[in-house]
Amino acid sequence: MDADATIRRVLEEHGRLSTPATALATDDDLYQRGLSSHASVNVMLALEEAFGVEFPDELLRKSTFQSIGSIRGALAGLGNAVPPA
Amino acid sequence: MGESSSHESFRTTLLDRRILTATDVPGLYQRSEGFEAVVRGLSGALAATVPEGPVETRYLAPVMPRDVLEDSDYVTSFPNLMGVVSSFLGGEGDLSELRRRVGSGEDWGALVDPTEVALCSAACHQLYPTLAGSTVPDEGFDLQVEAYCFRHEPSEDPARMQSFRMREVVRLGSPERALAHRDQGVERVRAVLAELGLEADVVEANDPFFGRGGRMLAADQRERALKFELVAPISSAAPGAVASANYHEDHFGRRFEIRRADGSPAHSACVGVGLERVALALYWAHGLEPLDWPRSVRSRLGLA
Ligand SMILES: [Zn+2]
Repeated sequence: MDADATIRRVLEEHGRLSTPATALATDDDLYQRGLSSHASVNVMLALEEAFGVEFPDELLRKSTFQSIGSIRGALAGLGNAVPPA
Repeated sequence: MGESSSHESFRTTLLDRRILTATDVPGLYQRSEGFEAVVRGLSGALAATVPEGPVETRYLAPVMPRDVLEDSDYVTSFPNLMGVVSSFLGGEGDLSELRRRVGSGEDWGALVDPTEVALCSAACHQLYPTLAGSTVPDEGFDLQVEAYCFRHEPSEDPARMQSFRMREVVRLGSPERALAHRDQGVERVRAVLAELGLEADVVEANDPFFGRGGRMLAADQRERALKFELVAPISSAAPGAVASANYHEDHFGRRFEIRRADGSPAHSACVGVGLERVALALYWAHGLEPLDWPRSVRSRLGLA
């Protein structure tokens, strides 16, 4: 499973979005698609679990989780854009 | 009166003068008649300043349906501060074990279970479920509310009570009207405090959201300047929050399906005053005997 698919699965399960996560463009603004502040926390925690990473403090902000692309970028910055098998 | 770090001396004085009586649990106090008169006078003074005509006012019990903790996201945002009421839900058969433990001085906490009742987290939280499914006018629907609230944060600082009253004015409506309410509310409360001889500063603030996820919520709240506090010396020279003004965006409107005329979720804002904190600030500023407070302050509080 590639990173994108995992991110979409997490968004589908925790994002409570108005659009199915599979139908999202990489740069769609998730907050405009109904992602609430509290749901973004659940997404953050679920991503950490799925990718086996811990977001450092400076990435614990809503902008990190603005779009599939920004999430992918943050994960890549942590050197772990591929979920463990 | 004291040093900035020392609320101890103020606490000791309050207790010596029996203005407050301490209990065995830090942060739980009994109030004297004089202190209570100040709190009630303040409550009346605040009520008299709400603009735009008569607003429905509700006085709430210190407990609420436990569901409200969930629906307001309080249970995930502030699990360390919440309170849930437990009771003995067992049968006759389990009672003997309870009796045995109580009799032998053992801990019996594990034999009680959470009920459908919780302690009030914030005065405005109790309102939203009662408005669920309703439509509010864009210019705003205002409600005034007063409730005992609970925070599980045991402390010797009298400014940090576990159980205290919060008086709020809440508005649901368009984003513009909610924001206007927050910003005008700050000035309204600041003016009341000034009439009471308290100089309060407005500062940007964030809620003490729990954990790493909480850090994200707090950063966001600050980044977008959603929350302001009015701060003044309460129990020491160091200023503490006596009131807060919060813009919730559509958080509660969405969750409780409270809509605007166009069907979109209502935005909301609340301006809340901590009544015991302001009362303490008055004792701090004007002295321990309300009879000796400035005449204008006494009259504003209806103390004659
Ligand atoms: Zn409120």
